[in-house]
Amino acid sequence: MVGMTLVSWAFDIALGAALLWLAWRCLFTRNLFESVVLFVAFGLLMAIAWMRLEAPDVAMAEAAIGAGLTGALLMSALARLERPRTGQEEGR
Amino acid sequence: MTPAQLYALVGIGLFFVGLYALGVRQHLLPRILALNIMGSGVFVVLVALARRSDGVDPVPHAMVITGIVVAVSATALALRLMLRVAHATGSATLTDTGDE
Amino acid sequence: MTGVVRWAFAGLLAVLAFGLASVVLQIPGTGSALRSQVMAQLPQSGVDHAVTAVLLNFRGYDTFLELVVLLLALFGAWGLSDSIDEAPLDTDIDVLTELVAFLVPVLIVVAAYLLWVGAYSPGGAFQGGAVLAGAGVLLSLCDPGWRSRRVERIGEVLLVPGVLVFLLVGLASMLLGGQFLEYPRDMAGSLILLVEGFAMLSIAVTLHTLFAGTPRFGGGA
Repeated sequence: MVGMTLVSWAFDIALGAALLWLAWRCLFTRNLFESVVLFVAFGLLMAIAWMRLEAPDVAMAEAAIGAGLTGALLMSALARLERPRTGQEEGR
Repeated sequence: MTPAQLYALVGIGLFFVGLYALGVRQHLLPRILALNIMGSGVFVVLVALARRSDGVDPVPHAMVITGIVVAVSATALALRLMLRVAHATGSATLTDTGDE
Repeated sequence: MTGVVRWAFAGLLAVLAFGLASVVLQIPGTGSALRSQVMAQLPQSGVDHAVTAVLLNFRGYDTFLELVVLLLALFGAWGLSDSIDEAPLDTDIDVLTELVAFLVPVLIVVAAYLLWVGAYSPGGAFQGGAVLAGAGVLLSLCDPGWRSRRVERIGEVLLVPGVLVFLLVGLASMLLGGQFLEYPRDMAGSLILLVEGFAMLSIAVTLHTLFAGTPRFGGGA
């Protein structure tokens, strides 16, 4: 029983530290693509944290929205940001 | 100290890491990510405090689910604004000098 | 931001974080907060899962206004799309196409299951809507134009019923003698499923449209 508690404490501490480290790396890396990838990883770890906090509903919403859809939104925005201008404006 | 308190502290840490990045980074994309991470920090504190000695309070859970959906729509709008800024000024970076 | 200002900013935030942490640690972890009230009212809410009951019944206002917020964000994004390069991204990958052809039907079933199961265990309109929107995003990655060809204008029409049905159900419950969104007891379960079903579709279409960009109203690329 004591062993189980120790393992679960170690897991919680490791997860908390990983979340903080990923957040830091995500926000302070110079490479924008790396930022986005780390943010998606952060979202997935958040989903695990929600499960640890006995919030399965929130975990599902986070996994689908926080990690999945936000990642897709960020990736497409990044691709549009870094793509050289095309002559789209004249078409309007 | 309980696991819930540990997560509440992590949430506070996430909020302030995000706030620091929001003040320091100049590119708009990390700033948008910083706002998201600050939001996640607030959500973690809310859900951690919902874990009580005699069960889990479902009200903060519902609030956080609502918050996650609002956060993603706000992010989508912010990314659009960023693309607009990049289109108008040629770069998605805010500078200190204020002459732009 | 110069070095000194940056350090001062970091120091200020550290002080704030320390103060906030000491306050949060003093919050007692005992007592049941709002849980006892939710549990006492749960049998009358029409569903058996506490979080769904809070989202769709006790705090229905929040969810209703959240759907409005989603729509407003979308309108904001549309208003900005004027000068943004909407040309589709280059994503022509065979493996992706094969995988998506297999995944999308599965995701649709998963979304419907999540909606249904939300009444008595974790799940519901938001999770289902997000999964459905994810399926749409996958389709857009393979074939950026699928929505304008496959569903014509139906996709745009589906943006509205989430808010509209919620509003109508709320007004109808007022006509039946209750407050706004105070469902009649014996119909609460089916009304919640009705509201959730349309909310799921609208959430999915709104999130997908936020990803895929503006529809071209009135034709013309």
